Amino acid sequence: MLKSRRKFIKNLLSFTAYSLTLGSDLVHATIANSSWIKQSFSLSVYDETIAHLFNGAELIDNHNKIKFERLPHIAENGAVVPIKIISHFKKITKIFILVENNPHPLSAEFNLSATVAAEVSARLRMAKTSNVIVIVEADGKYYRKTKKVKVAIGGCGG
Amino acid sequence: MSSIKIRTKRLDGNTQIRTLITHPMENGRHKNNQGELIPAHFIQELWVEHNKNKIVNCNMAGSISKNPYFDFLLKGGEVGDTITISWIDNLAKTDSKEHTIK
Repeated sequence: MLKSRRKFIKNLLSFTAYSLTLGSDLVHATIANSSWIKQSFSLSVYDETIAHLFNGAELIDNHNKIKFERLPHIAENGAVVPIKIISHFKKITKIFILVENNPHPLSAEFNLSATVAAEVSARLRMAKTSNVIVIVEADGKYYRKTKKVKVAIGGCGG
Repeated sequence: MSSIKIRTKRLDGNTQIRTLITHPMENGRHKNNQGELIPAHFIQELWVEHNKNKIVNCNMAGSISKNPYFDFLLKGGEVGDTITISWIDNLAKTDSKEHTIK
């Protein structure tokens, strides 16, 4: 009885030490690349990512001022899925691209200054058939648009 | 040779900036021929400057394709202006290239 309790405490201590070192590694990474938000990019559940990024702010769905171009209905190769986002809101500050079923849903975050028009293209990797979600921040409000893309061959390894 | 290619095009008073970067963008989930995982190696941050003013800052993860391509539309922009594009990856490697609008 006594022995097992001792073992338990020993395990507990080593576990605490391990998590402390893990924690300090995280701190180090954030200092090295200060503006890259490790936490939001490492979350693996879509809803958690949304909650972390927008902190419960209202997302206005399917606004017709956000347009997708180039994004296919069926992507033959998930390793390269082109996307172009065009938006006509004034005062756009940020554009987020998320892929719902990817291991890490957040793909990219663009911070745009006032001298850039909201026309942004990129090429995504998709693990499997999923919704592609674009969230635009304009004048303090968030607008979301979703499109489902079928993927024939996944591009995230496995 | 630089890993960054930049092309610009004047379109009705605006300037289209297109860039192609040579980078493996490994997300840490791919396996090599021996079945071992290839360690993650991807660009974390990319920024675009117009005449030394930062106009775009992009954070990204390994879910962007290998050899990433981006394009942006700059409002205005004159012939002779400089566009600088730089990136830093998760192994703290970095590259930068300057381009003059023609």
